[in-house]
Amino acid sequence: LWLLVCLLLKLFSAVEVQRPRGVPLSKRQFYEEGKPFTCLDGSRTIPFDRVNDDYCDCQDGSDEPGTAACPNGSFHCTNAGFRPTFIPSSRINDGICDCCDTTDEYNSGATCQNTCRELGRKERESLQKMAEIAKEGFLLKQQLIHEANRGLEDKKAKLGDVQGSKKDLEAKVEALRTVKEAAEQPEREAKERHLKAWEDQKALIQKEKESARMAEVFLELDDDADGFVSVPELLSHSELDPDADGSFTEAEAQGLLGGVDKVDTAAFESIWSNVKEKYMSESNADTPAPEETSREEINEPDEDDDDEEDEDDDRDEHEYKVSSLNFPSNLSRTEEKKDDDEGAMPPYDQETQNLIDGKNAFKTELFNFGFGICFRNLEKEISFDFGPSSEFAYLYSQCYELTTSEYIYRLCPFNRVTQKPKFGGSETNLGSWGKWAGPEDSIYSVMKYEHGTGCWQGPSRSTTVKLTCGKETVVTSTSEPSRCEYLMEFTCPAICQEPPNLEISSHEHQEL
Amino acid sequence: MAPLLVLGLALCLSGTWAVDKGNFKTCEQSAFCKRQRALKPGESPYRALLETMELTNTRLTLQLINDNNKVRLLLELYRLQGNITRVKINELKPLKPRYEVPDVLIREPTTEPLSVLSQDENGVVLSLGVESQRVIISARPFRLDIMEGSDVLMSLNSRGLLAFEHLRMRKDTQADPEAEKKEEADPANQAETTKEEEEKVEDGMWEETFKSHTDSKPNGPSAVSLDFSLPGVEHVYGIPEHADTLRLKTTDNGDPYRLYNLDVFQYELYNPMALYGSVPVMVAHSAQRTTGIFWLNAAETWVDISSNTAGKTVFGKMLDYVQGSSETPQTDVRWISESGIIDIFIMLGPTPKDVFSQYASLTGTQSFPPLASLGYHQCRWNYNDQEDVKSVDAGFDEHDIPYDFIWLDIEHTDGKRYFTWDPHKFATPKEMLQGLMDKKRKMVAIVDPHIKVDGNYKIHNEIRSRGFYVKNKDGGDYEGWCWPGSASYPDFTRADMRAWWASMFAYDQYEGTMENLYTWNDMNEPSVFNGPEVTMHKDATHGAWEHRDIHNLYGLYVQMATAEGLIQRSGGVERPFVLTRAFFAGSQRLGAVWTGDNAAEWGHLKISIPMCLSMGLVGISFCGADIGGFFKSPSTELLVRWYQAGAYQPFYRAHAHVDTPRREPWLFGPENTALIREAVRQRYTLLPYWYQLFYRAHVTGEPVMRPLWVEYPQDLATFALEDEYLIGRDLLVHPVVEEGARGVTAYLPGKDEVWFDVHTFQKHNGAQNLYIPVTMSSIPVFQRGGSIIPRKLRVRRSSTCMEHDPYTLYVALNLQRTADGELYIDDGHTFNYEKKEFIYRKLTFANKVLSSVNLAPDAKFTTDSWIERIIVLGASKPSKVTLKTADGQEKQLEFDFDASMSVLTVRKPGMNAGADWTMTFQ
Repeated sequence: LWLLVCLLLKLFSAVEVQRPRGVPLSKRQFYEEGKPFTCLDGSRTIPFDRVNDDYCDCQDGSDEPGTAACPNGSFHCTNAGFRPTFIPSSRINDGICDCCDTTDEYNSGATCQNTCRELGRKERESLQKMAEIAKEGFLLKQQLIHEANRGLEDKKAKLGDVQGSKKDLEAKVEALRTVKEAAEQPEREAKERHLKAWEDQKALIQKEKESARMAEVFLELDDDADGFVSVPELLSHSELDPDADGSFTEAEAQGLLGGVDKVDTAAFESIWSNVKEKYMSESNADTPAPEETSREEINEPDEDDDDEEDEDDDRDEHEYKVSSLNFPSNLSRTEEKKDDDEGAMPPYDQETQNLIDGKNAFKTELFNFGFGICFRNLEKEISFDFGPSSEFAYLYSQCYELTTSEYIYRLCPFNRVTQKPKFGGSETNLGSWGKWAGPEDSIYSVMKYEHGTGCWQGPSRSTTVKLTCGKETVVTSTSEPSRCEYLMEFTCPAICQEPPNLEISSHEHQEL
Repeated sequence: MAPLLVLGLALCLSGTWAVDKGNFKTCEQSAFCKRQRALKPGESPYRALLETMELTNTRLTLQLINDNNKVRLLLELYRLQGNITRVKINELKPLKPRYEVPDVLIREPTTEPLSVLSQDENGVVLSLGVESQRVIISARPFRLDIMEGSDVLMSLNSRGLLAFEHLRMRKDTQADPEAEKKEEADPANQAETTKEEEEKVEDGMWEETFKSHTDSKPNGPSAVSLDFSLPGVEHVYGIPEHADTLRLKTTDNGDPYRLYNLDVFQYELYNPMALYGSVPVMVAHSAQRTTGIFWLNAAETWVDISSNTAGKTVFGKMLDYVQGSSETPQTDVRWISESGIIDIFIMLGPTPKDVFSQYASLTGTQSFPPLASLGYHQCRWNYNDQEDVKSVDAGFDEHDIPYDFIWLDIEHTDGKRYFTWDPHKFATPKEMLQGLMDKKRKMVAIVDPHIKVDGNYKIHNEIRSRGFYVKNKDGGDYEGWCWPGSASYPDFTRADMRAWWASMFAYDQYEGTMENLYTWNDMNEPSVFNGPEVTMHKDATHGAWEHRDIHNLYGLYVQMATAEGLIQRSGGVERPFVLTRAFFAGSQRLGAVWTGDNAAEWGHLKISIPMCLSMGLVGISFCGADIGGFFKSPSTELLVRWYQAGAYQPFYRAHAHVDTPRREPWLFGPENTALIREAVRQRYTLLPYWYQLFYRAHVTGEPVMRPLWVEYPQDLATFALEDEYLIGRDLLVHPVVEEGARGVTAYLPGKDEVWFDVHTFQKHNGAQNLYIPVTMSSIPVFQRGGSIIPRKLRVRRSSTCMEHDPYTLYVALNLQRTADGELYIDDGHTFNYEKKEFIYRKLTFANKVLSSVNLAPDAKFTTDSWIERIIVLGASKPSKVTLKTADGQEKQLEFDFDASMSVLTVRKPGMNAGADWTMTFQ
């Protein structure tokens, strides 16, 4: 109430200063009644009665601040009770109410209502509300920072521990491996007998397929079809990132290409092994590549060298990979993948099969160790930029959902954004964590998720997440302003700025 | 849009961007075309039976007989008002009636008397009444020549290619027994058929298969064909729609030009393939005369063009000329249609404008569009929801770019059910429309003719229960695949169906609509994704007629019914605005046309000029191409250039495919936003000129956007120009359509003319090729010396906001120091101009006096607009300028004179734009 009284007092005490229509107070001195007017650009001087006479005399439009005569003029609305503003002079008397004080429509027949006070009130209310939110949000943020710092220390310590125990574990694994190999000896021999002829034939087919795939991949990679695969072309395939740290640098790409900027088909052959395993085809990026299947099959009889990563893990919430030693994570899959287009291998005889089964049981035990996951996880987490004070750290490994009429959107900060049809259907990747992408002065206000599932004829899907201050951490809206480019509004306390001391509308009073 | 669902997949696999030609027939694959084209020039089997000639006051009739099969034809010849000759040829006694195209001619043309000048056993000579024009009908073989004095203007059947496949009973082995029985039961018929010589039964006469589609052809072969020779003619134009040069090419070494309305996915440039629309009108031009041929047939049509000079080099032509031994240059044309009759209108000019008015007298003129529709249109497939519409609308204000219409494509509907709104995305359409109306802006929503087959959809249920759908060959409702999935197609050839459709636009039927919502008819070829050549089966039926007979007319009927709906909903007061993709002769009466699904490529920008010029020549003035290109994403440079070029084409709409990134004008950095803003602003300043040109087009039928030769018919250098054109008579535009252009060379016509650069006011002489250096902001445009063009320089956020604004008159003096122009003003949106509520004035500058004289004294309209400025280009400095108004008052006016450019600017004369006045420059 006090505020309002104060406002009213100011309003009544304000004296309307006489000046030509459309001139802001700050420029009043240039328009002196009765004296010749010099265009503000100095280009010419005209009698004062040609100011606002509905004919444009000045190149800069300064002689017609209150009419629509000049194409480049601007009109000042005082908007007492709200914010003063300039509008293009083409909006004067066009029948549309632009200034809340109605001053732009003085001769058009339009009936405008003065809405300035109402707008001013609403603005103050919303500013106040925002300030309150900011205040509470900022408090929460302090807590978050505190927790994050503690958490970070914990994790660093843990990482140290893990690194320490890693050696022990590796020794244990080595011991187990010896046992395992001994156990496998009979099996291997049986298999070898059985597989010998089959493998020869398969190797031949595989070799052809491999070179066909290589040629195909080369063509796909060679975006500009210049006969060379270059570093920039490689960079568009983030899955090739050797350390999978979310940033695929030029240096890394160059590394993949064997240290050069681009390779032709011949040279590509020599670096093929660097590329082939991780490469995801553009045409079927969201389905597991069939090549993957056949590769697993080939390797199946000798799984000890199996160091490839399972593509399907990408679909899981946490795609953390066993780094030092790799074990088949899903035994049933190996069974499923017996068939591929090379034709199925003839079944093993019963004895061989028994041996294989015995081995598989052993592998399951080994897998249960699974210690590496934790190690990799921690290392990765610590590498993220969680904001200047790690205030965004709490978002890590969390997911936030928003359900619209058609889809369930899911934002897992620092990981990915996905979209899933509400009534069944497969999930679509709308982008994986890319970077902070706000403007320079507030880089943490926007998150960018990139390289999601590709679009027909278009780029791969990407999502821009706009962060606004709020007490709660919640996705408030999603949209697709352009095909395959998503926009998500996300509130969280971590973005809240320290509110200025509550004298919020003082600056407005000055403008009355 | 195109059937991307179906073809897109194929495209995706093949990975190319060109049209899949395999989806569309070549002449060789179209049985009747192949059959007819196999017929080579030679002696015609047709003979005129002069003894059967009957001449009444209004028409001559005569029988023709084919000596090979004894089938008789009936020829009718009419002399029509305005120097037009109509020739109709039909079977004398067809087995069943053959289709004659209705609803295209605006009325039964007025005939004029014919008289026989002489007659003997070889032929008849008839007088055409004017200028010693005669028609000579030769009897054996039949041939028709139109003469003026000793010159042959045009000959018909001179190459003996008249062919008329008479309707017949099926006789081949596959004939169904019932038909044979019928034949036997009809002795008269049998007698008739036995008279015939054995007719060869060829493949494709009774059934034809293209890809997986079989056309059952129950009526058998029914094609018609005729040749025309045009002595003295080397340049022919028209027969849109083709993505090809303005000047038509000879077709000897390829396919004929095809006229068959088709939804062609990613069409290819410089190609005679059929596109979305067809106007079977060809204009022939030489320095001596302009003539036209209107082939009134709505079936699939092919046009062959050959020329005796086409192969000759310039040197060869020169040699002929020097030696005087040349044969006359001649263009030969041959039309082939699948069914119907031969019904041709020969428009004898002799000037280009005579041909325009002759054609307009037959099929009508360009509809007079609402003024706002000449402004800028912002479209995209799709604006997602009301929020999106609101923010795009706000974006225009924020960036101070004017626009009049924002468009909604198919996604705005509830599941592609036209006449509905998506309940989530467009839950409160009236609120949205009111928001636009508050800004004096408008909206267009799409209504396509394919109707979702869905028992819960009111429109479908009504059409089905009324039996209004097109039927398939077996009599059931025709169903095809289109945007909504399974869809049926209303039979728009039925007047009762059209009336019902029109009634659906009433505000209480089409819920959520208001008077600022207009309509867009897309996919009206009709597009049928799973149909032969992506359109309707030819053996589908429209009452007694096959789709084969009416195909090219379908799109016109859709637009006709829609435009009628918009008129009716306003109680006949408001002018409609309907955009169509498919069109036919007469579509100019119904609204605007665009060049369909082009691509964001420089070649597509370039071809938009000849494509729209070709349409203008055959009456369709309100033409434009998707700014920026529909498919693919334009480079920023291409987008800017397209906005600049489009600002000077009649229909100015940006549009984009759903899969392309957003491209609203402000998304490319402040510099490019400014370039686009400037282009759109130039458009808005010229709206008074565009509007009066459309009024002229509406009254006279002359094109708004026209090739140079229309105004300079004797200047051979202009005959093939298609990189520049005229807007009206007085503005010459040579847009920049090349990537990275540093300059353009514009041909300025007219030996004794001068042209003024509209931006710099620099004067240039006519009859020269002028090199103009260009930057990204350049749009080379010139005003003809001798013209007066009104502009409104106070560009506001929409054209409606500018209604009461004052005019600036640009007076460009010629070498004789004279100029003239017009000023047309009305309310901009109603039919009240038909009640003479308008201002139409003649502006003249002569003897140092500029005056405004009323051209329509019986018309009345008042305007608030006044004259705020007069700019005289090529002026000399006066000592004083005096304005005298109708009340006799005189006042001296202030002025500025720029001696370096010879530009005189008269300050604020202030008289009302509708008043009489004279201004003296002493």
